[in-house]
Amino acid sequence: MNQSLHLWLIPLLPFAGFLLNGLLGHRESRFLVSLVALAAPLASFIVVARAALITWNGAIGLPVTRNLAHGHQTLEWINLGAIHIDFSFVLDQLSLVMLLVVTGVGFLIHVYSVAYMRDDPGYARYFSYLNLFLFFMTTLVLAGNVLLMFVGWEGVGLASYLLIGFWFQKPLAAAAGKKAFIVNRIGDFGFLIGIFLLLANFGTLTFSEISAKLAASPTFTGGVLTTICLCLLLGAAGKSAQLPLYVWLPDAMEGPTPVSALIHAATMVTAGVYLIARTHFLFDRSPIALATVAIVGAATAIFAATIGLVQNDIKRVLAYSTISQLGYMFLACGVAAYSAAIFHLVTHAFFKALLFLAAGSVIHAMGGEQDMRKMGGLRKKLPVTFWTMTIAVFTIAGFPPLAAFFSKDAILYAAFVSGTGGKVLWFVGLLTAMLTALYMFRLWYMTFFGESRTPNLHPHESPWSMRAPLIILALLSICGGWIGIEKFSAHLAPSVGLHPPASSTPHLELILTIVAVLAALEGWLIADKYYRRKTERPAQLAAAVPKGYKLLANKYYVDEIYGAVLVKPLFAVSRYVLGGIDFLLTGAVWLLAGTASFTGMILQRWQSGNMRSYAAWLTAAAAVVLLFIFYASIGTYLGTRGIDVQLNLHWMGH
Amino acid sequence: MSAFDPIILTLILLVPLAGAVLVALAPDRAKLPNWIALATTLVTFLLTLHLPAHFVTGLSGFQFEVNLPWIASPAIYYHVGVDGLSLWLIVLVGLLAPIGVVASWNAIQTRRKVFYSLFLVQQTAMFGVFVALDLMLYYGFWELSLVPMAILIAMYGRKEGSKAALKFFLFTFIPSAPLLVAILWLYARTHTFNFTELQYQTASGVLPAGALFWVALAFLFAFAVKVPIFPLHGWLADTYNEAPVALAMVVAGKLGLYSMLRFHVGLFPAQARAMAPLLMVLAVVGILYGACLALLQRDFWRLMAFAALSHLSLIVLAIYGLTLTGWSGAVYQILSHGVVDGALFLLLGALEIRYATSTIASYGGLAAKLPRTASIFVVATLAMIGLPMLSGFIGEFIILSNTFGAVNRTAAVLAALAVILGAAYMLSLVQRIFYGPESELANSKPANDLRIGELAVLAPLVVLMLVMGLAPSLWLNSIQSGVYPPPPAGLRDLQGEIHSQGPAGLTLCCGLSAPTEIPTSIQKASQRPEGEAQR
Repeated sequence: MNQSLHLWLIPLLPFAGFLLNGLLGHRESRFLVSLVALAAPLASFIVVARAALITWNGAIGLPVTRNLAHGHQTLEWINLGAIHIDFSFVLDQLSLVMLLVVTGVGFLIHVYSVAYMRDDPGYARYFSYLNLFLFFMTTLVLAGNVLLMFVGWEGVGLASYLLIGFWFQKPLAAAAGKKAFIVNRIGDFGFLIGIFLLLANFGTLTFSEISAKLAASPTFTGGVLTTICLCLLLGAAGKSAQLPLYVWLPDAMEGPTPVSALIHAATMVTAGVYLIARTHFLFDRSPIALATVAIVGAATAIFAATIGLVQNDIKRVLAYSTISQLGYMFLACGVAAYSAAIFHLVTHAFFKALLFLAAGSVIHAMGGEQDMRKMGGLRKKLPVTFWTMTIAVFTIAGFPPLAAFFSKDAILYAAFVSGTGGKVLWFVGLLTAMLTALYMFRLWYMTFFGESRTPNLHPHESPWSMRAPLIILALLSICGGWIGIEKFSAHLAPSVGLHPPASSTPHLELILTIVAVLAALEGWLIADKYYRRKTERPAQLAAAVPKGYKLLANKYYVDEIYGAVLVKPLFAVSRYVLGGIDFLLTGAVWLLAGTASFTGMILQRWQSGNMRSYAAWLTAAAAVVLLFIFYASIGTYLGTRGIDVQLNLHWMGH
Repeated sequence: MSAFDPIILTLILLVPLAGAVLVALAPDRAKLPNWIALATTLVTFLLTLHLPAHFVTGLSGFQFEVNLPWIASPAIYYHVGVDGLSLWLIVLVGLLAPIGVVASWNAIQTRRKVFYSLFLVQQTAMFGVFVALDLMLYYGFWELSLVPMAILIAMYGRKEGSKAALKFFLFTFIPSAPLLVAILWLYARTHTFNFTELQYQTASGVLPAGALFWVALAFLFAFAVKVPIFPLHGWLADTYNEAPVALAMVVAGKLGLYSMLRFHVGLFPAQARAMAPLLMVLAVVGILYGACLALLQRDFWRLMAFAALSHLSLIVLAIYGLTLTGWSGAVYQILSHGVVDGALFLLLGALEIRYATSTIASYGGLAAKLPRTASIFVVATLAMIGLPMLSGFIGEFIILSNTFGAVNRTAAVLAALAVILGAAYMLSLVQRIFYGPESELANSKPANDLRIGELAVLAPLVVLMLVMGLAPSLWLNSIQSGVYPPPPAGLRDLQGEIHSQGPAGLTLCCGLSAPTEIPTSIQKASQRPEGEAQR
C-alpha cells in the first residue's frame, strides 16, 4: 500500500478553515474569508474524489482503516480500565458515498453562500461555522468506532445550533437553536445508553470488532440487541427528525437558507440513516427493532406529508418534506434495504439541496419574503430558478427518469416484498408519494404561476455564483439515479449487505413502478386543479372541514402537547415540589442557628471579655482533649489488646 | 530524582503563607497587595508544576514524601506526600490561584490587604489538605481552609454577606466537631495519625466494627457537607451568590471530594461499602434535583450553584460506585469541573462588574457587543454540558459508562438524564444573557469586552478544556497510578476478593445480569473487576 489516501485531511482541512475564519476572519477582507472558506471544502472534496478514484481502480481495497499513531504506537483517545477508544477512521463503500455527498454538496452550498450572505455583518462567522460543520460531519462519517462517531454526532448538532441561531438577535432564531439542541439531546441520551450497552456487552466500540463478534455467534439475536438498537434508534430519530422527536426541524428554518439546504436537508439530518446503516449488523439481529424502524419511518413519512399540505412558508413546506423523505429512508432501513435507504439519501441530498437553494433564490429575490401567499408569477422573472426548481419538483415527485424515481421505487419495492406487514408499509409509502407530489406542485404553482401577489416588488434573478450551484444540482437531480439500484447496491454490498433480490415475477416490479408513477401523477393533477385552475377551492375546502384544517395547520398540536405533558410538568415539579424541599432544607439551618444563638445567650455569661478567662477556658479544653487521648492510650498500653500493641511497636520501629 | 523533591511540598505550603505575611506587612499603596499576591500565586503555580514533571507514573505509594516528627505526644508528624489522586488537584489549585487574583483585580477595591492575605492563607490550607498524610495535620489544614472563606464572605458579600457567612460557618464548622472527635478516637485506639498505618488498622479488623461505623460516619458527614451532597447543600447557593468570585471558584467540590476518596473510601473501605448504596441514591437525587432547580433560577450565581450540585453529585456517584475506573473518572471530572467552572465564574464575574447585577432577566443581546465574552462563554458552556472533544465529556463518559457497565444500570440511566437537563439550563442561560434583542441594561452601558488581562487568564483555561478533551491520557495515566494496583493498603482486601473471583471480563454476552436494586449492586461492584485487576 504505497499510496496514502490522506484520510486525515478530509476533516482537518475544514477545521483549519474554521480556525482561520473564526479567529482572524472578522479582520480580513471578504475576499480572503471567502477564499479560505471555499478552499477548505473544495480541497476536502478533491481528497475524497481522489480516494474514490484510487479505490474504484482497485489500487487500494476497501475498507481502509487509519489510526492516529505515533510511530508504530497507536495513540488512544481514552484508555482506562475496560474503556479503550482510539481515533480511528474507516473508509469503506458506505463512508465513501457519504463523503462524496457531504463534501460535494457541501462545497456547492459554500459557493452559493458567498453571494447569499454577502451583505451580512457576520460573514466570517458564518463561514467558520459552516466549515466547522463539515469538520464534524466528515468525522461522523469516517469514524471507526461508535464514540468517535458520537463526537461528530454532537459536533454537527453544535454547528446546527450555532447556525440556526446565526441571527441571534432574532428571539425566534435563538429559541429555535436552543430547541434543536435540547431535542437532539433527548435523542443523544438514547444514543449514549446504547453506547454503554455496547461497551458492556461487547467490550469494544469499534464497528468492525462488534461486527466480528456478532458474526462469531450466529445464534445471538434479540434480547439485549433489541434494546441496543432501540436506544440507537432514539438517537437516530433525534438527529433525523423522526417521530416523536421531529419537532425541532421545522423551527430550524429560522437559520439562513443555505444552512437549511446543507445541514437540515442534505447532510446532517441524514446522519440517523447513516447510523442505522453503519450498525446494520445489530439491527439485522433484531426483528423487533427493524419493525420499529420501519413503522417509525412510515408513520413519519405520511404524518409530515399531511402537515406539509397546509404550510404557507416556503421553507417550512420543504422542512416537512425533508422529514417525510427521511421517513422513507427509515422505512427502507426498517425492511433491511439499507442500500435503498442510502440510494435515496444520495438523490435526496441532490434534489432537496436544490429545492432549498432555489427557494433561497426566490426568498432572495423577494427581499426576504417566505410566505408563498405573497409570491406568484415568478416564472418569467426568475427563469433559472424556475427551471431548476421545476426539475427538483418533478424529481421529488418521483417521475421517471429523474433521480428520485429510482430511489423511491427501490424503497417501495423493498417494502412490498418484505412480508405481509410490508404491504401496509408499501401502501403508506405510496400514499405519501401522492401527497408529496401534491404539496410540491402546490408550492410550485403558488410560487411561480398565476399573477404576482405583491405587485410592487420587482424580483431579480440571483447572481451567477448562486445560479451555478443550482444548475449543477439540477443536473445531479436528473442523472443522480441513473446508476440504478442494482449496481448501487452491489457497490455498497460489502458495507451494508445486498438489496432484496429481484422478484421471481419480473412483472411485479414493473407494476409497482407504474402504480407509484400514477400516484404521483394523481398528486400533480389535484394540485393543478386546486392551485392553478380553481384557486378558490382550497379555501372552500378548509372552510368545509374546519376542524381537520385546523388540526393540520396547527401541526397536530404536537408542540403544544409536548409543552403540556413534558415541559410544564417538569417546571411545575421543579418549582413547587423541589423548590419547596429546598426551602425547607436551607431553612433548617436557621433552626440550627436559632438553637445556637439561644445556647449562646446562656453561654454569654462566660464571655467576660477578659483575655485571661478566655485563655483559661482554652487551656481547660485542651487539657480535656489531652486527658482523653492519654487515658485512651494508657488503656491500650495496659495490654487489653496485646496484638495491637505489638503491631504498633513494630511499626514505630519501622 | 531532583534535588527539589524533598522540599517541594514544604515550599508549596510555605510560599503562599509567606506571601500572606508580606501582603499584611506591605503598605496598602496603589495595587501593591494585588501585585504581591499575583507574584506569590504565580511562583506557587510554577512550584506545583514541579510535581507532575518529576512524578514517576506507575509507582505505587506516595512520592515527594516527607515524614518528620513534629509533636512527640500526641505523636503528630509533619507527614506530607503526593500520589496520583492528589497530584493534579494540587496543580489545579495552583493554576486557579493566580486566576483568582486576576479575577479580583478590579472586583476587590476595599481592604485589599485583608483580602489577599486571607486568600493566600486559603491557598496554603487547600494545598495542605491535599498533601497531608497525618490525620491531625490534615485536620488542621481542613479547619484552616474554612476560616478565611467565612471571613471573606462576611466582608465582601454582595448583598447579605453576613447571613451567607453565618450559614457557611454553621454548615461547615458543625460537622468538623465530630470529625475531630473521630480522629481523636482513632488516635486513642491506634496511637497514630499516620494515614498508611491507619489504613492497615481499619482493614485489619482489630478495631471494633460498631465504633468504626460511627467514626467513618463522622468523616463522611464532614465531607458530605463540604462537597456538598444532597440534602446538605443548603449553604452552596448562598455562598456562590455572596462569595467573591476568586473564592467561589475554589470552594465547592475539590476538597470534599478528594477527602471522600482518600479519607473515607480509602480509610474505611468496609464502612464505605456499607454506606455506598445510600450515597449513590443521594448522588442520583442530587444530580437530578440540582439540574431541575438550575432550570428555574433567576440569578446566575444561584444557577451555577445548582448546576454545581448536579455535577458534583455525578462525581460522588463515581466515588461510591467503588470501582477503580470510576475513581479515576472521578478525579478527572474534579479537574475538568475546576477548569470549566473556573472559566464560567470568571466570565460571570466579569459581567457582574460591568453590569452590576446577577439577575439573568436584566441581560440579553450581549453577543453583538461582547463577542469575545460570548464566544468563550459558549465554549465553557459546551465543556460543561459534556460536548465531546472538550474536557467535560471525558469524565462524564467514563463515569456514566462505568457506572452502567460495572455498578448499577438504573443509577447510570437516571444520571444520564442530566445530559438533557444540563443542556437545557445552560443553553437557556446563554440565550438569556447573550442572544435576543439588546436589553435596556445592555444598551445603557458602553460595549466593554474582555480586556487583555482577562483574556490572558481565560485563554489557558480554554486551551485546557480542549486538550483535556482530546488527550485525557496526559492526566489519566498518573491519576491511575493513584488508584490502580498495587492498591493502597486499605484496598488490599477488596483486591483480594477481586483476584479470588477470577477474570470476569466483559466478553460477548457473558450474561450481564445487571442488578436493578442498588443495594445488591454494591456487593457486585466490589466483586466485579471489569477486567481491571488483571491489567
